[in-house]
Amino acid sequence: MVGLVDVISLGLFAAALRMATPIVYAALGGIFSERVGIINIGLEGTMLTSAFAGVTASYYTGNPWLGVVVAVLVGGLIGLLHAVLTVKFVGNQIVSGTGINIFAMGFTAYMSQIIWGSRGASEGVRGLGTWTLPVIADLPVVGPIIGSHSPLVYLMLVVTVLSYVVLFRTPLGLRIRAVGEHPTAAETAGIDVLRVKYLCVILSGMLAGLGGAFLSLGHLNLFTRGMTGGRGFISMAAMIFGKWMPFGAFGASLLFGLADALQMRLQSLGLLPPQIILTIPYLLTVAVLAGVVGKARPPSDYKPYKRE
Amino acid sequence: MAPAVEMRGITKTFPGVTANDDIDFTVEKGEIHGLLGENGAGKTVLMSVLYGLYRPDAGETYIDGERAEIESPAAAMSLGIGMVHQHFMLVPSLTVAENVVLGREPAKNGLIDEGEMLERVRASCTKYRLDVDVEAPIHTLSVGVQQKVEILKALHRGADILILDEPTAVLTPQEAEDLFRAVRSLRDQGKTVIFISHKLREVLSICDRITVLKRGKVVGTVAASETDMGELAEMMVGRRVVYSFEKAEVAPGEAVLSVEGLEALDDRGVPTLRGVDLEVRGSEILGLAGVEGNGQTELVEALMGLREAKAGRVSLCSTDITRASSYERIRAGVSHIPEDRHKRGFIPDFTVTENLILGSHREARFTRRGFVIDYEAAASHSQALVEDYSIATPGVGTHAGNLSGGNQQKVIVAREFDRDPRLVIAAQPTRGLDVGATEYVRKKLLEMRDGGSAVLLVSADLDEIWALSDRIAVIYEGRIVAVREPAETDETELGLLMTGGRRG
Ligand SMILES: Nc1ncnc2c1ncn2[C@@H]1O[C@H](COP(=O)(O)OP(=O)(O)O)[C@@H](O)[C@H]1O
Ligand SMILES: [Mg+2]
Repeated sequence: MVGLVDVISLGLFAAALRMATPIVYAALGGIFSERVGIINIGLEGTMLTSAFAGVTASYYTGNPWLGVVVAVLVGGLIGLLHAVLTVKFVGNQIVSGTGINIFAMGFTAYMSQIIWGSRGASEGVRGLGTWTLPVIADLPVVGPIIGSHSPLVYLMLVVTVLSYVVLFRTPLGLRIRAVGEHPTAAETAGIDVLRVKYLCVILSGMLAGLGGAFLSLGHLNLFTRGMTGGRGFISMAAMIFGKWMPFGAFGASLLFGLADALQMRLQSLGLLPPQIILTIPYLLTVAVLAGVVGKARPPSDYKPYKRE
Repeated sequence: MAPAVEMRGITKTFPGVTANDDIDFTVEKGEIHGLLGENGAGKTVLMSVLYGLYRPDAGETYIDGERAEIESPAAAMSLGIGMVHQHFMLVPSLTVAENVVLGREPAKNGLIDEGEMLERVRASCTKYRLDVDVEAPIHTLSVGVQQKVEILKALHRGADILILDEPTAVLTPQEAEDLFRAVRSLRDQGKTVIFISHKLREVLSICDRITVLKRGKVVGTVAASETDMGELAEMMVGRRVVYSFEKAEVAPGEAVLSVEGLEALDDRGVPTLRGVDLEVRGSEILGLAGVEGNGQTELVEALMGLREAKAGRVSLCSTDITRASSYERIRAGVSHIPEDRHKRGFIPDFTVTENLILGSHREARFTRRGFVIDYEAAASHSQALVEDYSIATPGVGTHAGNLSGGNQQKVIVAREFDRDPRLVIAAQPTRGLDVGATEYVRKKLLEMRDGGSAVLLVSADLDEIWALSDRIAVIYEGRIVAVREPAETDETELGLLMTGGRRG
């Protein structure tokens, strides 16, 4: 029983914040996309491809920050692809997203084989390292939890606040919400509905790209096959649980991050078979979704918008 | 002075329909100009062309005498044209002020300047004498207020020419009066108003001049002071309209529907039907009169098996159907024209054929070995119905949602009446229909009665009840308070009964 108490420590919460980071990025991406009526189930594949792209760039240039930029650009490109398929050609959103996911699995494993001669993992690359915040790191309780992290963890906090400000305090955000909820109303108010949709779906991909960059450059410093491990899907659960609100999604992601951190701690204790412990975050996802299903009202009906 | 709007030779076609056929349309500055026509006449399409939502196939538009290429609503707005659509263009979760400024929000340092926004919108409210709470979210407002917001939105964006598409369709009589006052006051402030409607009376009372459309063509433009209902109706429909019916004398038969002590709750769980007793006989139309909200909706739903009966008994030809499902009731010979076809009985995304076999789709004649739908049989069946009921549609494979409101209603009527029902429950069967379609539906109801069916007619339109009913029942606060023969009562007595003024 001593072991169980050890698990609940400040370090656990620091780990929770770390594990929540990629989920928050992708969930924010999901919010921007769904707020304009496009489901982005391809978040998972986008994150994976970006994680790979980031490592590749860092591998060849030795500059992890360049890796982050490349990861974001690649995420944006995949977002653009999703937008072209679903907005321009009014294709099925789920089919397009699933296509992105399947492509990502195959493409990254194949390229990994070509570049590093292994489908399983890349070579280690230069990562972003950690930043230690002056003053805050020395505070009791708070210090150990948020004092020392990858810069992408801190960026995630900034991006969460920014997402809220953009969506709820700026003209663009008002237009985004109008486009998702009532596209014809937006159009008749003189808003270019399709442009707003493109913008948001591309942004969605870029945010998922940041999540991928965190996984491969902020967390592990290498790419491993399927390293997203379903976080793209978990982020969609976080988005729904958080009612399509940035802070809501942030809170929900923390919950999933905590489950993930807990799962790792419990594994190291060896109390239960790891196969069972590994399922904790996924079980939580299912439980949370089962709890909110029917109650969660999406901000859009996801119908394609066609101009005459 | 050049006219505010001049449209010349406008033609707009959709696959299978010529919505506007070489239309010339002129509106003078500072007048209220009525655009009158039956549903499907092309009024909305013409105005959508003016507002830049549709590009015409041919024709030119001049605003204040200048040639204008209106390619988008934004272009229309910059020319001073504003439109209030039949279906409101308001974002429900946003506030009044946010909806009004949407697309041209006042901003400071990249953020919306909340104070400036409220101030500007309030200033417009005062200027145009439209009194609304600018901070209220749209979804909390009644339809009448939402419409004011739409008008405010258009004016705030600098509209000098205001298009109102069937503005009274969704309003109560009081709200409509309010609207008329507002529209007149706008004209007095120098605005030009285009008022679309298919209601003769209101067009006559509010407009200065009236243009009548029929099947995509202009029939003519007349001054309101020089015409009357009769002339307008003839222009609109192209023939004399029968306002009263020749009713055949038919002796009523046995009781088909018997309701005893029926009780039910409304959606909020409040007891709304509080012991309804009712009998409808074969070859009889029983009109149910009442002020809306006295349990009519719940009664119809309870009779159709869409709402649980808490107490009481419903029988069809002395078989108890109180607990029967809707499907069983349909099979037992009950037909239903729902009061809101956007909610029930009609699926806009389905084709005309699919809508016409709804509810019968499991029958052997529409299936192959009782398993898959036989679309050939279904299509030939619906082709026959489309002809019998003169449903105007490009084809039976058309999406039913593309039909005009009157023709959507005809689809429902055709499907329900074709079943040879023992009982017809018709809830507001002519609501929102134009003169021609209304007349048609009423005739069909009489035909059903003459053919031996029992008809329960629920209508908010007392004229309709008078014109069709063999007996009139009055519902008040969830009970039937009186049943009268039309000959032994009058409007005053019914009015009193409907408002609880007298017990039968
Ligand atoms: N977007 C569209 N696609 C196909 N047909 C249409 C469309 N809009 C209108 N129509 C058809 O054009 C005709 C005129 O419609 P409309 O202008 O809406 O009539 P109304 O006079 O009742 O406003 C109708 O037959 C309608 O079915
Ligand atoms: Mg119309």
